[in-house]
Amino acid sequence: MEFKEKAKIMDKEAMERALMRIAHEIIEKNKGIKDLALIGIRNRGAYLAERIATCIEKIEKGKVLTGILDITLYRDDLTHASEQPLVRKTEIDFDISDKKIILVDDVLYTGRTARCALDALVDFGRPKYIQLAVLIDRGHRELPVRADYIGKNVPTSLKEAVQVRLEEVDGKDEVVILEQGG
Amino acid sequence: MIKWQRKDLVGLEDLSKEEIELILSTAESFKEVSARAIKKVPALRGKTVVNLFYEPSTRTRVSFEVAAKRLSADVINISTETSSVKKGETLIDTGKNIQALNADIIVIRHNSSGAAAMLARNVDISVVNAGDGWHEHPTQALLDIFTLKEKLGRIKGLNVSIVGDIAHSRVARSNIWGLTKLGAKVTVCAPKVLIPPGIEEMGVVVTDNIDEALKKADAVNILRMQFERDEGTAFPEQLEYFKAFGVTRERLQKAKKDIVVMHPGPLNRGVEISSEVADGTNSVILEQVTNGIAVRMAVLFLVAQGRDKK
Repeated sequence: MEFKEKAKIMDKEAMERALMRIAHEIIEKNKGIKDLALIGIRNRGAYLAERIATCIEKIEKGKVLTGILDITLYRDDLTHASEQPLVRKTEIDFDISDKKIILVDDVLYTGRTARCALDALVDFGRPKYIQLAVLIDRGHRELPVRADYIGKNVPTSLKEAVQVRLEEVDGKDEVVILEQGG
Repeated sequence: MIKWQRKDLVGLEDLSKEEIELILSTAESFKEVSARAIKKVPALRGKTVVNLFYEPSTRTRVSFEVAAKRLSADVINISTETSSVKKGETLIDTGKNIQALNADIIVIRHNSSGAAAMLARNVDISVVNAGDGWHEHPTQALLDIFTLKEKLGRIKGLNVSIVGDIAHSRVARSNIWGLTKLGAKVTVCAPKVLIPPGIEEMGVVVTDNIDEALKKADAVNILRMQFERDEGTAFPEQLEYFKAFGVTRERLQKAKKDIVVMHPGPLNRGVEISSEVADGTNSVILEQVTNGIAVRMAVLFLVAQGRDKK
């Protein structure tokens, strides 16, 4: 399947503003940063969680815990995934029990990744609650999942793909819509 | 990163450097699972792993069993002492019967070299070699290499000495394949009668001087003297062996200060290794046991995804 770039929906500045707004919303909704921890879903969610944590720390002048979750082993399509998934490390160096966990991912689509992440997280302990923050919500849910914090709502068709590119992985910050060619 | 294609793991001889590295890096991710409060992930949920052991083994079988269970697979242990093998069933028939039960992976330990490969050719499900005769014991070598890499940060360029009964050791053979493919320099050390002819062709240095083997080594892997295999000829007496080849504190004092001491177990204290060394600060023997679970989880996970399955 060939994809070609259709439109740029977010540039570096817009991404920074969206993450800063999400940071403010997280602080407001949780009434501060007590017991707060951000856990990013590999791969890009992990970098976004770091960035939101940095924003929160700037605003609140306090440390926020962060962790990284690899959900490969919890995928519901593991046995028939066409691409063999690469298993990478989960890095959560603190006890999540009774913490207010903000799960962070780049794109919310079918909701299956979020479901895997919830399954994975509860194996680590019993958080006080779990909220979901995403940079892009592109719709087309297949499970009853919703995000608590959204950078941008982007209505898409099923023929399109949304790609979040980050400095740390892709060399630049932007979000683009790709469309199936041919 | 390459993709894993094989349905089986028969030995390290067949694997490329990249495939070995993929297993090691996958194992690194799995190690964290065993440190959790709930030591389980659903990756092999609904899969059945059969441990088919034609030779007595506790640690390898238990390690595979723990690994499979931490991946949420169901595990069945068949020991040939109590199975139809006693009634004369052939290995291939046993394998086909296990396949007919809709099992997904057979972990086999057998006293004949090549047994795992033969079984793998004759069944469509995955086969993992847990030791075949004097041929290979790939997961043991992988966990040795994993532990070494964890301790020293690399394999390439390391001097690794393997001491003990090289001739009858599948652990030695698998280690030599794995270590040389990853760029380590391997020395084997044993009494002359326990060095198989032509071993140099595997790319190793041979010596029968233990001090020589320890002198430059970054790590030493001490093999157990398998006296139960003694047919009354080649084997030296236990005490005689300890004097000539046993790894002791005195001998280690002449080696590198932070030399890594490994042993696949079970230990014969006072034969191939002294208690002081086995329990000393250089020893990683128990870490090997812990790492064995992560490595076997990685292997079971990868072969279950093997893309060359029919």
